[in-house]
Amino acid sequence: MTMREINWRELAITRLIKACGYSVIIFVGLIFLFLLREGSPALVEIPIPSLFSSRWYPIEDYFGILPLISGTIVVTIGAALVSVPLGVSTAIFIAEIAPHWAKEILKPLVEVLAGLPSVMLGFLGILVIAPLVRTTINVPTGLTAFTGALLLGLMAIPTIVSVAEDALDAVPRTYRQAALALGATEWQIIWRVTLPAARSGVLTAIMLGIGRAIGETMTVMMVTGNAPVLLTGLESLFRPVRTMTATIAAEMGEVANGSVHYHSLFLIGIALFLISLIVNMTAASVVFRQRKRAERILS
Amino acid sequence: MKRIRTVSERNKLIQGIGFSGLSLAALITVIPIIMMVVYIFWQGSPAISWEFLSGFPREGMRAGGVLPAIVGTFWLTLGTAVIAVPLGIGAAIYLSEYAPDTRWTRVIRIAIINLAGIPSVVYGLFGLGLFVLFLQFGTSILAGSLTLAIMTLPVIISTAEEALRAVPNSFRVVSVSLGGSKWQTIRRVVLPQAIPGILTGVILGLERAAGETAPILFTVAAFFLPRLPSSIFDATMALPYHLFVISTQVPGMPVQIQYGTAVVLLTFVLSMNIIATIIRSRARARRQW
Repeated sequence: MTMREINWRELAITRLIKACGYSVIIFVGLIFLFLLREGSPALVEIPIPSLFSSRWYPIEDYFGILPLISGTIVVTIGAALVSVPLGVSTAIFIAEIAPHWAKEILKPLVEVLAGLPSVMLGFLGILVIAPLVRTTINVPTGLTAFTGALLLGLMAIPTIVSVAEDALDAVPRTYRQAALALGATEWQIIWRVTLPAARSGVLTAIMLGIGRAIGETMTVMMVTGNAPVLLTGLESLFRPVRTMTATIAAEMGEVANGSVHYHSLFLIGIALFLISLIVNMTAASVVFRQRKRAERILS
Repeated sequence: MKRIRTVSERNKLIQGIGFSGLSLAALITVIPIIMMVVYIFWQGSPAISWEFLSGFPREGMRAGGVLPAIVGTFWLTLGTAVIAVPLGIGAAIYLSEYAPDTRWTRVIRIAIINLAGIPSVVYGLFGLGLFVLFLQFGTSILAGSLTLAIMTLPVIISTAEEALRAVPNSFRVVSVSLGGSKWQTIRRVVLPQAIPGILTGVILGLERAAGETAPILFTVAAFFLPRLPSSIFDATMALPYHLFVISTQVPGMPVQIQYGTAVVLLTFVLSMNIIATIIRSRARARRQW
């Protein structure tokens, strides 16, 4: 093989690898482009006031998305109330106080939870959790926002645990040693030193977990009862609701391509895409800022 | 003296309460996971038989087996791997070995973070819009695999990049000093060292793809098909979608078949998880650097 041949191969491979790297940008662009292409006609076809009305009943041309947004908000808040305390505590436990053997058990188990198909949690939700909810709090059906929030909370935990644990691990050992030298107890170190130092990472974890909950589809579709009604107060937590994601999944199979209904479902998709974009951009900027700060401190 | 003792006693008490609280939270997190897995196996394993695994659904899916769903999920996972693995590893190599620290590299990283956060049902919409309708692949294994592959990419890229970055720089320096070109260094030195880490990421990514339902709803999944798919342009049944169908769409479904299907899906997913965990811990034990 002559030098020249090697150079040609080397160049071709380098180009190919670079193309792989840049393909990611193209995919995000394509996703947004095709959502826009199929979803933007809805903005013309449906008058804006009726888009923000409180009735979603596409068969009779009611395309008010407020009930769906309220459904997503209620279920997501409920999920956050479950997953944030549990997730952050578990992350602190794993990163700071668990003995080695406990870590070796906890981490793979959390990974198993991350890998459990959402349809399976929905299935167990219908058969096990919903009947439990119905009998314990005495409501007509167990398929409620509350049921969805419980399961979604569980599903958001792995994201929160892994990101928060990384953040806690990244706190320099010297911080803890300095606090220990000043006579702080282990608990005081966690509460007053490690956690504040890892603050932005833990917040990122919470945000990504909530983002996960907003985007979850199958579980909520199966266990929240699928009733697109506008929620009013706290008691609506125990009524059937329907989220934005569940609406797309439940109705897309039955619409004619190119109809108003079809476009409106893509419009909901655009909204979900933008929400996840905002959540993840914010999380990314925190990560980048942290890296910069670390570089400043170390230099 | 007495004052100091009470303060330290109080601190000890607070620490005790705090630690118990954290341990309790960790327990509350993991116990449902164990319970779910055990419960599904306990309820569903009686349904598992050779006929169940190798038969077609009968009587409106209220009897018979789940073979077409198993085969479908197998092909979809394989299709996803064929597309996502080379692309993902290529992107990871670019990010860890080639990419300069420029604005465009940052854009790539932001794109990966965003790709990872897009809701699965939005991937389904995208797959429907681009692959099924615009490129006219129809509801097919090809469209479904492409959709799942793009969804899986960020998992593969980030774990593979981490594995590549973990290889010490001295390995690269030695290879280059011996006259190896950049690609030769990557191919012969860096990649072999990073393979276990990359493999773990690939398997975990594919595990998620195999269990996903929302992205395949409108791109490939069929309610019921009396035959196995014969080409990549065929629609197919798939395990997660089948479980969804028989637990919500078919009235009067025997519970045993539902749990049996859940067991098959869970076994599929868990075995991938366990393989990934084993590869990782063995590589960690063997690592010499």
